[in-house]
Amino acid sequence: MTTAYLTGANTQTEVPLKRRLRRAERTRQVKALALVAPLLVFLLFTFAGPIAGMLWRAVDDREVRQVLPQTIAALADWDGKDLPDEKAYSALASDVLAARAAGTIAIAAKRLNYALNGFRTILTSTARNLKAAPEPGTAKETLSKINPAWRERATWTTIKDASGPITGFYLLAALDLVQNVDGAIVAAPPDQAIYRSLFVRTFVISLSVTVLCLILGFPVAYLLATLPQGKSNLLMIFVLLPFWTSLLVRTCAWIVLLQSKGVVNDSLHWLGIIDEPLRLIYNRFGVCVAMTHVLLPFMILPLYSSMKAISPAYLRAAASLGAPPVTAFLRIYLPQTLPGIGAGSLLVFILALGYYITPALVGGAADQMISYFIALYTTDTANWGLASALGAVLLLATILLALVYGKLVQGQQVTGGMKN
Amino acid sequence: MEAGMVTPAPALVRFSGIQKTYDGEHLVVKNLDLDIRKGEFITLLGPSGSGKTTTLMMLAGFEVPTHGEIYLADRPIKTMPPHKRDIGMVFQNYALFPHLTIAENIAFPLSVRKTSKADVQERVAAALRMIKMENLAHRRPGQLSGGQQQRVALARALVFNPQLVLMDEPLGALDKRLREQMQLEIKQLHETMGITIVYVTHDQSEALTMSDRIAVFNDGIVQQIDKPDALYEHPVNSFVAHFIGENNVLAGTVETVDKDYCRVALTGGGAVTARAVNVSGAGASTALSVRPERIAIVTDDSSSDGPNRLPARVQNTIYLGDHALAVLDVAGNGEFMVKLQPGAHGSLRHGKSVFITFRPEDCLALDPV
Repeated sequence: MTTAYLTGANTQTEVPLKRRLRRAERTRQVKALALVAPLLVFLLFTFAGPIAGMLWRAVDDREVRQVLPQTIAALADWDGKDLPDEKAYSALASDVLAARAAGTIAIAAKRLNYALNGFRTILTSTARNLKAAPEPGTAKETLSKINPAWRERATWTTIKDASGPITGFYLLAALDLVQNVDGAIVAAPPDQAIYRSLFVRTFVISLSVTVLCLILGFPVAYLLATLPQGKSNLLMIFVLLPFWTSLLVRTCAWIVLLQSKGVVNDSLHWLGIIDEPLRLIYNRFGVCVAMTHVLLPFMILPLYSSMKAISPAYLRAAASLGAPPVTAFLRIYLPQTLPGIGAGSLLVFILALGYYITPALVGGAADQMISYFIALYTTDTANWGLASALGAVLLLATILLALVYGKLVQGQQVTGGMKN
Repeated sequence: MEAGMVTPAPALVRFSGIQKTYDGEHLVVKNLDLDIRKGEFITLLGPSGSGKTTTLMMLAGFEVPTHGEIYLADRPIKTMPPHKRDIGMVFQNYALFPHLTIAENIAFPLSVRKTSKADVQERVAAALRMIKMENLAHRRPGQLSGGQQQRVALARALVFNPQLVLMDEPLGALDKRLREQMQLEIKQLHETMGITIVYVTHDQSEALTMSDRIAVFNDGIVQQIDKPDALYEHPVNSFVAHFIGENNVLAGTVETVDKDYCRVALTGGGAVTARAVNVSGAGASTALSVRPERIAIVTDDSSSDGPNRLPARVQNTIYLGDHALAVLDVAGNGEFMVKLQPGAHGSLRHGKSVFITFRPEDCLALDPV
């Protein structure tokens, strides 16, 4: 009894203490939140918002629904196994007449044409030739006479698939997949299947650039980390110098250097090494060279900071314990730079994935990366759905990579970090 | 060769005319001739910048002497890279490899020597037993305390049975109690394993506790190499007298020299007889050195206690538990320390006039400071 009473008394004195602690911490949390609030608001409108918008556009599908509402409603219970019944035809006829009057035929025609090549013609010819609403019971006959495509199941499944309000059509297209007449997901026909190879190309270029940056950046970072302060500061300025010039200027400088009448070719020719100018630009080589140059600092800086943290005493200790320089480097130094290598590689790789200007300027047609097509679809053909879907796939791949990296780093910390 | 110059115990390491400069202007090590005997524990002791660490680094192979030659087991090693010297080293901040476990750290010197796996396991286990850390074999260095890390560093430097072990202020980062404990452990290891240890420190009590011999460095020069007690009892100059143990200094001028002893007139008044250790002759100025525990305080002026009796005035007394110190003003030196038995300080009030006496053999006439 006494014990219970005491426990009760204890909790009674404890609760206000906890509450006071929470209150004290809440003030601090509110203050911290207030400090980051402007940035959060800014990011919400400029970063999170647009990304959410992009992801939404990748699945948004309401164009056909707006233009052909009655048709969509009539196709709602259609099983897609046979041609739809007369009701759907008359709904379509009435939708087409209404859309012609409103001038919205082109909106639906564009969307349907993505899914089925030639649909634009089907729809516009129907709109042009349909004089008036057909007599009841004759809609099927009338429409099929105007365009025989209305007698095909694929035409109708295309409309049904595009009925929205959300669709996997764009995302499937971004992965070279389509839904066939029977609703199964199959590989796209070879002449349309370009995106997978595009992703592969993007990843290959990014990986090549990352490896090049690592090979070129590691010795520089090592030099920076081991030179005396004065010299390393000077060297660091050279590393950071590219940041002071615009990306466009740096890329154009490579054109000047690498073009067939450029500095490099002229020099080689003058030295008698080559007779014909080498093709150094508007190909994969030029893209890799220019991108490596631009991205090199992003590799050097994380490497440098991880190397700076490695005390020279470790290498001395290794030597005194009998390790020749190469062994000491491989077994003692290199493992300790792994976090830096990981961070630098991830940074360079992710930045390279989204590269647009550099490949567009110094690459050939076969060196354009995914962002080129995203830009193409948003600016030239205004296919926002596909552009967004490509962006979403790229975003997903990047997030997966970042997660894998985070897992690796975390694993290292658990085994190697300070844990008591 | 130099092997002809036979020393009592065989010299494992011989520094011969070593000079070292970093900037081409100042010599950090001025002219070093030093023999390190097989199996001994030698400490290089000195203030910072005295050249002791540079000497150690030259021996380890991380610094190259500007002039002279170093012999290890009679082989010149000036141009030999560190990894071929077969010298174990314990660093100031342990330098344990943070990405390897304790067992992997200790196994490192064995594995780079291509020792067989079974042998490595056996010797690592033995080393872990030696430092009583078998249960921590799979921890990382970051998860250990300073003292534990120090033990691992020791085990790692000893596990490959090097012919020589260097220690560069290995206990500097530990707190006092742990440091004293580790001093005894290292000394015990040295005695049981019979290894040769070169130890660098600036802590004189550490040097006195552990060493067979101490080389006192100052200003790039070895001032004196001797056993700890000899350094304390017979310092050759004022620097050594001052650096090893507590010491009172009185300035004066030599009046007469008689064999081993001399009569010195103090600058602050009075005259004493001292052992002539480092004086050039009559008329030379000198610094007298007297240890605090070799002085007696007499309160009455009746008795005559030999030639060395000086008036003093009590400034202060300091109680230190096992003993007490009286701070006196003697012949112009206001910080003259005298060690007292505990309890004897009660009668010494501030301002009291007393006399101090000490034997001539306890007073050393050294070079002026």
